[in-house]
Amino acid sequence: MSTWEAIYGIWLREVKVFSRERSRIITSLFTPLLWIFGFGGGLGPNVSVKEFNYQIFIYPGILAMSILFNSVFFGVYIVWDRKIDILKEILVAPISRTAIFVGKILGGTTDSMIQGTIMLLIGGLLGISFGFGTTILVLLFMLILTVGLVSVGLILGSVLTSPESFGSVVSFLVFPLFFFSGALYPLENLPPWLTFLTYIDPVTYGVDGMRGILLGTSRFPILLNFSALAAFALVMIWAGTFAFKRMQ
Amino acid sequence: MALAIETRDLTKRYGELVAVDRLNLAVERGEILGLLGPNGAGKTTVISMLSTILKPTEGTAKVNGFDIISHPDDVRKSIGIVFQEPSVDDELTGLENLQLHSMWYGVPKAIRHDRISEVLTLVGLEDRKNSLVKTYSGGMRRRLELARGLVHHPKVLFLDEPTLGLDPQTRDQIWKYIADLAQKEDMTIVLTTHYMEEAEELCDRIAIIDQGKIVVLDTVEALKKSIGGDFVCLKIARPDIAVFASLSYVKRAEIDDDMLVLTVENANEHLQEILDRAGKAEYIAIRPASLNDVFLHFTGREIRPETGEGGIFQRIMRAEARR
Repeated sequence: MSTWEAIYGIWLREVKVFSRERSRIITSLFTPLLWIFGFGGGLGPNVSVKEFNYQIFIYPGILAMSILFNSVFFGVYIVWDRKIDILKEILVAPISRTAIFVGKILGGTTDSMIQGTIMLLIGGLLGISFGFGTTILVLLFMLILTVGLVSVGLILGSVLTSPESFGSVVSFLVFPLFFFSGALYPLENLPPWLTFLTYIDPVTYGVDGMRGILLGTSRFPILLNFSALAAFALVMIWAGTFAFKRMQ
Repeated sequence: MALAIETRDLTKRYGELVAVDRLNLAVERGEILGLLGPNGAGKTTVISMLSTILKPTEGTAKVNGFDIISHPDDVRKSIGIVFQEPSVDDELTGLENLQLHSMWYGVPKAIRHDRISEVLTLVGLEDRKNSLVKTYSGGMRRRLELARGLVHHPKVLFLDEPTLGLDPQTRDQIWKYIADLAQKEDMTIVLTTHYMEEAEELCDRIAIIDQGKIVVLDTVEALKKSIGGDFVCLKIARPDIAVFASLSYVKRAEIDDDMLVLTVENANEHLQEILDRAGKAEYIAIRPASLNDVFLHFTGREIRPETGEGGIFQRIMRAEARR
C-alpha cells in the first residue's frame, strides 16, 4: 500500500511542477505547429501524397513527433534534478527503484498525453474527422508510444551526468528517430538503406499506426504496428527498471 | 541492541585518495555524536556511506542493526538525513515538500497533518508554508530541509552541517529542538559540523576527524581534560620555565616571544602559587581550554581561518600550532 502511495507521490510531484510551468506547454507545442503550418501549410497546396494534401498527410507524423520530443525530454530532465540536488531526496528515500521508475513514467506520460491531446484537437481544426472509436484507438497508440519513449528518456537521464548532454540527445537520438519514422514521407518506394532504418525505428510503428487510424492509409496492418510498439515499450520498461537500479 | 551505529573498517577510496580510512565507530542509542573536522576531512563521506548513498570501498557498517550493504532498504526506512546542500524542491511549496516526503517515508495519513504542522511551527515556516520554495531565503530553505528530515521521526538522524548559513537565533532554536528531540524520541543523532559551539552545545561525544581517520573520540569534558587543563599566560621580565617544573598541576610550560604560556590543571585554584613563583607580572590572562584548543592539539591546525579576535590567544594558538 505504501508503495502505491510513494508512486502516487512521485507522479503528483511531476504533475504539480508541470501545471506550474505553463510556458513549457506553449513552447513545446510551438515546434509541431511550425511543422504543420509553416512546412505542411506551404507544401500542402502544391504537393499531395497518396491523394492526401501534404499537410494532412504529415499530421499523424507531427503528432508522433510532439510525443517523441516531450517524452524523451521529460526523462532527460532528471539530469537537471540531479544537478540541482533534488534527485537525492528521492533516491535516498525508502522507495524501491522500480517504484521511482514507475512514478516517473506515469508523470511523464501524463505531461506528454496532455500535450498530445491538444495536438489531437488541432487535427480536428485541420478538418481531420474522427469519431469516438477512432479517438480511443489513437489515444491508445499515443499512450504506448509515450510510455516507451519516456522510458528511453529516463534511461538516458539515469546515465547522463550533465545537462549539457541534452544537445547530443537531440542530435543523435531524437532527430534521427523523427526523420526515419516516415513522419514526413510514405514508407513505400524507399531505397533499401532507408527502408532498413525506418523499420528499426520504433517511432515508425506509431506514425504508421496513427496514420492508418486517422487517414485510413498505412504500410503495415494496425495490429502489427500495435504489437511492435507494445514490444518496444515493454523492452524499454524492462531496461529502465534495470537502469534505475544501477543509478547512483 | 544497544548500538545504533557500528562501523567496521569502513573505507572509501577515490583512486589514490583515501577519503575515509578504516573507520571504526560505535554510536549508542539515544546519543548525539558530533563528527568534527576541517573541510575535506571525510565527514560527509562517512554520512553518505551510513545513509546508503555511497557504497564503501571496503568494510561495512550497521545502522539500527541493519547492514548498509546487504540491507540498504531497511537502513533507509529508519533514518533521516539533512543534506549539506539544500535538496528541497524549488517548484513546490514548503507544505508540498513535506507532504510528498511523508508519502515517501510512509508517515500514516492519520497523523501526517499534525506532524507537518509540528515541524513547520518548529522551524517557523508555518506562515510561509504555501509559498513556493524558490521564493524562500537561504536560511528558510535550510529550515525547511531540517523540518523535512524530522517529519517521519527517524530512529537515526544524520545532519550534515545542519546550521550552516543560519543566523544565531535560528541556530539556537534548532539546537534546542534537536536536543529535545533526541531525548523525547530516543533518537540517535550523528551530525557533522565545523562549528565548535555547535559541537560543544549539542553533542554527548565528539569524534575529531582528520584525513579520513578518527583522531580522538570522547565527551567534551574528557577531551578538554585530555589536553591538560586551562591556559595561563604571563608577561614577566625574565621568564623561566624551570621554576614551574616541580608543580605537578602545571602540565606544560613554554615561552612564546616574551610570553610565558602554562597549561595548568584547575588554574583558578593554583593561580596564587604560580604568581609567587613567576614574580612580578606585567600582564596576566587565564583562559579555560576550549574545544578549539582540543582540536588544535590533536590535529595540529585550526579548524577555520583565524577571525582576528582575542589577539593574545591567537598568538598562543599559533605557538601551539608550531609545536
